[in-house]
Formats: sequence, structure tokens, C-alpha cells
Amino acid sequence: KRIITLKTRNLNESKQNGGCGECQTSCGVANQKCEKASK
Amino acid sequence: MIHCYKLGGFNIVLDAASGSVHLVDEVAYDMIDAFESLTKEELKASILEKYASSGVTERDFEECYADIEQLISEGKLFSPDTFKSDVSALAKRDPVIKALCLHVAHTCNLDCEYCFAAQGKYHGERALMSFEVGKRALDFLIESSGNRHNLEVDFFGGEPLMNFDVVKRLVAYARSIEKEHNKRFRFTLTTNGMLLDDDVIDFANREMNNVVLSLDGRKQVNDRFRKTVGGVGSFDVIVPKFQKFVQARGDKEYYMRGTFTHFNPDFTEDLKVMLDLGFDRLSMEPVVCAPSEKYALDEEDKKIIYDQYEKLAEMMIKRRREGKPFTFYHYMLDLEGGPCVYKRVSGCGSGTEYLAVTPTGELYPCHQFVGNKDFLMGDIWQGVTRSDIRDKFKGCNAYSRPECDGCWARLYCSGGCAANAYNATGDISGVYGYGCDLFRKRMECAIMLKASEYLDEEQKDS
Repeated sequence: KRIITLKTRNLNESKQNGGCGECQTSCGVANQKCEKASK
Repeated sequence: MIHCYKLGGFNIVLDAASGSVHLVDEVAYDMIDAFESLTKEELKASILEKYASSGVTERDFEECYADIEQLISEGKLFSPDTFKSDVSALAKRDPVIKALCLHVAHTCNLDCEYCFAAQGKYHGERALMSFEVGKRALDFLIESSGNRHNLEVDFFGGEPLMNFDVVKRLVAYARSIEKEHNKRFRFTLTTNGMLLDDDVIDFANREMNNVVLSLDGRKQVNDRFRKTVGGVGSFDVIVPKFQKFVQARGDKEYYMRGTFTHFNPDFTEDLKVMLDLGFDRLSMEPVVCAPSEKYALDEEDKKIIYDQYEKLAEMMIKRRREGKPFTFYHYMLDLEGGPCVYKRVSGCGSGTEYLAVTPTGELYPCHQFVGNKDFLMGDIWQGVTRSDIRDKFKGCNAYSRPECDGCWARLYCSGGCAANAYNATGDISGVYGYGCDLFRKRMECAIMLKASEYLDEEQKDS
């Protein structure tokens, strides 16, 4: 096995299941969590 | 777009548009790196020649090539960026406000030379927010929040604990009305620690979701800038208070947050001091200031800082393996539960869903613009009256700056901080290139840490 793919949230798919606006205001957007995706 | 890099003994391939992260060996690394620029036959010849002495066969090449094609077909490698064409929909924000930075005190009991808030007064007069203004700000937030359930309020200054009674009354007021409005308030507090006492500690541990504690690390580093008005360093006063606070904090969130400058680009030494003092949730930020300041970071510092970020990542791996883990804010990536693409495209929400409120009730796009009258947006009684300012901030996103075309990190930084861009270029639509460079380095290290965690877990399981 020459390639290991880590498990990640697919950003393309998040177009369908994201956008609720309930996440924390970052002020580090990359360092934020999505409560729904983390469950 | 992909980003290939080697760090900490790992070969890492990031697929920017899908967010996929791949750990690869040398052969796969070279194949992916040249995949789009060579034909299959050219790539095969190149790989077999380079790895002839390692025993890589034609069959090995074909298997790896098939794996790469499989990842492409799954949308996890060389995936097209479809977000740019959808940016108007992705960055479209409901006209709601869900977070306020409440400047309860435009005054401070420290006189830190590097403070962007000009010793807490934001280039204005000393002022404390009254309960009536704060109460109106909370009502304004509820009125402006539409159907958002989670609302956030950060008590900020200056030093917010110089107005602690008002902070307590405002929290009590918010708690008394949140249920009837179907809202949940999340409070945070940013403090220099000088006024931390048992009363504050009990209150903060009961009501504050997060507390940001300001300490720059080594005593001589901290006391160079973080002094009382009389010129006395704060280290010896605040450290015992912070230790008491953190001990009582349990597993609730806090951050020990330092600033590094031209005088201490070797900031991992400061993080080590914080760890030795018993703090394990750390954040160290590059100073924000005009390039002409004597403490401003320069190009020479950048090389040192890159090295420091790598050292920090190595230190975190080592301590995690020793059972003494700690967190560093900018290295906290949740690959599976991170933000959706809407959030990544639209950014922090400053000037739109996140505003700062001054002690007199004026509204600004965020805490870093307070005091700059060009950015005065309205007040908590009339709301946002300068919709042109809001629209300008609304227009800032991961795809609005041509300089970001070709950057693999744009969906991690969302186009960067508007205040940093303004301070560096005089325009919120500009780009703070120095900050971009540091950000990319931090992301490379953060992803490498995730790779290390993954492999450690795999080894444990096997």
C-alpha cells in the first residue's frame, strides 16, 4: 500500500449538508468544529 | 489543485477542493507530483529509472497508477474546484447577527506597548460600558439573530474585569431571556489576569464557555511588554492567579494566549515555559502592528518562525507519545468534523454576522476596527446604518482576492483576516502576504500532526 487516505469531511458533499450557520464564530476558520459533522 | 509536501518524515498530499489528505510513500509522491505534467509512458519511464535500485517493478508502477486513478474517480485527488462558480450562493449570508464582541471596558490596568487597542482605549477616551448599554446590545443581538439558536458574546476590552459587575449582570440578564427566545448564549472572556480572584474564578467557571488568558511566556519576554502603568512587569502577579484559575477550571475550555514579536521569534521557548507552569491549552500569535514598529516581525524572523512551527509540531508529537499531550490553537484541525464549505468560503463573519460594540453602543465590523471612524457602522439602537460597509465585508471571501488564485490553503483561511489585510494594505480586500506565509506553514504542520496521530492509532490497533 503506497497511499493511505485519511478520513476527512468531503467539502463537495458539505455543499448539501452544510450551511446551517450555527457554528462558532472563529474570531482560524480552519480550526473550527461543526457540531453536526462531529457527532 | 493538490499540494504535495514533506514534513516530519511524512510525504503528504492534500487535495485542496475535496479536503482529502493522503499519506504516500516516495514512489507515489513522485507519481502524484508529476501526474498532470507527464504522459503515463513518460511517468513510467521516469519512475522506473529513478527507483531501479529500489526494486520498483513495472507492476508496482501499474498498481500505484491504478490507485491514483481510483482516487481521482472518487473525487479525492485532483478534484475540480466547483466552488468558485458557486461562490455567490456559498458566500451568501442571511442578514443575521449571531455574535458580538462586547467592549465592556475601554480602559486597562496594563500598559502593553504592542496592544492594537492602544492600551485599551482604542485611540479614544477611557470608558466603561453601562449595564443599560450592555442590556440593549444583548436585546439587539436577539432581535438581529433571525432563527439562529447559538449566539455568542465575548467580553472584551481593554480589560473587561475592570467592569466585572456589569459583566455579571449582563450574563444574568442573558440567561433570564434566552429560553423565551429559543436562544443559547455562549460567553467568552478575554483577560490579562490582573483582577482574577475567587469570585471571578467561580463566575467564569460557571458561565464562561471559554476564557482567554494573556501571557507571553518567559518572564523576561512577558514583562518586556506586559507592564503596569507604573512600568512593572505583570508575570509575577498573573501567573499564580492563572494557575489557580486553570486548576479550578477542570476540563472546561481555556486558552493561554501569548503574542510573539521581533524580540522573541523563538516562541517555542515561551510555550515550554507555559507547559512547565502547568498550562496545556496554548495559543501563540504573531504581533499585529505597523511594519515600522521596532517589535514588528520581519523577513529574517520568518525563517526562524517556520522552524519554530516545525519544532512545535515535533514537541507535540513527542509529548503526546509520552502521555503528556497539549493543544495549540492553530494546530487543532478536525478533519472529519471541520467546517463546511459555506463557512470556509465566507470566513469569520466580521462586519456581517459578527460585530463589535463599544462602551457607548457604537457598532464596528470587529474588535480590530473599533475606534476607526471610517468603519463606524451604526449603533445598537438604530442598527447597521452603513450598509455599504456591511456589503464591503460581505464581499470578502475565499474567492474574492485574485492573489488567492493558485493558493492551496484558501479553503482553510477563507481569504484571511480583513483587519490584517487592512493594516497591511489599507484595504480590507487586500492580502497580508506575511500572514499568508505563516498561515500556510501552520496548516502544513497541523495536517502533519493529524497524519502522525493517525499512524500512531493504526500501530496501536495492529
